[in-house]
Amino acid sequence: MTSEAIQARLKTIVQPYVNHHENFENLSLESDFIADLEINSANLVDVVLDVEDEFDIRIENEDMEKMTNVKATVEVIQKKLS
Amino acid sequence: MNKKRVVITGMGVVAPNAIGISKFEKALQAGKSGIQFHNDLKELNFSCQIGGIPEVSQELLDLNFTALEQKGLLATGLIYGGIAGQEAWEDAKLAKNDKLDIDTGVVFGTGILGVDKLREAFHKIDDKNVRRLGSTSVLQTMASGISAFLGGKLGCGNQVTSNSSACSTGTEALLIGFERIQHGKAKRMLVGSCSDSGPYVWGGFDALRILPYQYNDNPEMASKPMSADAAGFVPSSGAGALILESLESAQERGVKIYAEVLGGHINSGGQRQGGSMTAPNSTAVVDCISKAILDAQIHPNQIDLINGHLTATAMDATEIENWTIALGRSGKDFPYINSLKSHIGHALAAAGSIELVSSVLELNSGFIYPNINCEHIHPHILNKIDATKIPRRSMDKNINILAKASFGFGDVNACVILNSYHK
Repeated sequence: MTSEAIQARLKTIVQPYVNHHENFENLSLESDFIADLEINSANLVDVVLDVEDEFDIRIENEDMEKMTNVKATVEVIQKKLS
Repeated sequence: MNKKRVVITGMGVVAPNAIGISKFEKALQAGKSGIQFHNDLKELNFSCQIGGIPEVSQELLDLNFTALEQKGLLATGLIYGGIAGQEAWEDAKLAKNDKLDIDTGVVFGTGILGVDKLREAFHKIDDKNVRRLGSTSVLQTMASGISAFLGGKLGCGNQVTSNSSACSTGTEALLIGFERIQHGKAKRMLVGSCSDSGPYVWGGFDALRILPYQYNDNPEMASKPMSADAAGFVPSSGAGALILESLESAQERGVKIYAEVLGGHINSGGQRQGGSMTAPNSTAVVDCISKAILDAQIHPNQIDLINGHLTATAMDATEIENWTIALGRSGKDFPYINSLKSHIGHALAAAGSIELVSSVLELNSGFIYPNINCEHIHPHILNKIDATKIPRRSMDKNINILAKASFGFGDVNACVILNSYHK
């Protein structure tokens, strides 16, 4: 799956948790979940669980810790899918 | 130190027979039952297959919870309390904004919160899948989840806590908030209580064989407080909420005043002298009522109406006897008395607060709602008080002073004295 395709699906996943809607509209690989999208840190685990369900993968703690922005998250998903 | 006068300026309710203050008042006057048959209880082999469950629409959920807050939301007590608390807030004309309100606190109690969420969590944990619990497991199942939710939603910056004292929780919550305002530590307190619905809350009571099993085909007839054929309490659920406010603050804001809280008392029978984990020590009950009257600085003869605990068990006659002793009044001299449990059953931790809301509506509008399902009053009760003091039909009646008591497992008691507000 291309990075762009993963990013598009990730955008749908994070939408319910987002508090900064303008930054969400302009979502890019550089977007940080907490700093830019203002996602409550407790909800990061929900994002990870939703990613697991969406892509039918399992994400371990080490990978989970990296998933704080779009770029790292897309990379983790790509690695798991390959 | 001069204690501050405390008044009630807002209310909210989620009850099995009505949701929202205006609908609830109409349901009270009509004697509308909220008890229904529930097939899941039958499927699970419960003896008592009836109960009171508020019907919360998606529209109402959307008004009170964001889409994110609704995600994985299984704690029914949190839903009921969240709705009732926000209704009370709006009813008191308090602002919903981003500002911190340092003068307002929350005491919102519960018995246990989020049992259905706990059940989901237990299954995941037992399946070695704790990693998939999600972020809201703790928030929906910590006892203080309800006060934490309301405190955050409304920006309350004073004390925010949840009390727990079984079936006296709601009445106790009001007294905790009352004292805090009396002593000048807060200007306003959102007080109330909630209780989850369903088999995982009610199962333990079914196992105790204290719920009626004879009315599964006739649910609305099942809850019979003070009746000769009372067969046990009908399990129920919901939430009640009240905004308490110093009289000064209410007058400054120019808001409607429903009633005044004159005083009250909380105690325990220590599970001595006939008291036990499940039965009250009558000496302590009488002491609790007497000290509430003393605290309110009224004479027992001034009490016009009692809102009893009266669950529809053998203890009803004992409760009536305790009231006659505490007030020194009996027969035709006894005040009017009613029990909301005849309408909606026993909402456990939520009972006290929902019943307080019903009591304040009676004071404010001048009526006494009927005791339904009480065609044949228990003979031991008729030995103590006159039948006319147990209205079976709704009455228009101006009430000045109302006494409300709640008693709970653990031999705990709470009694509040309310007054219709006079300037």
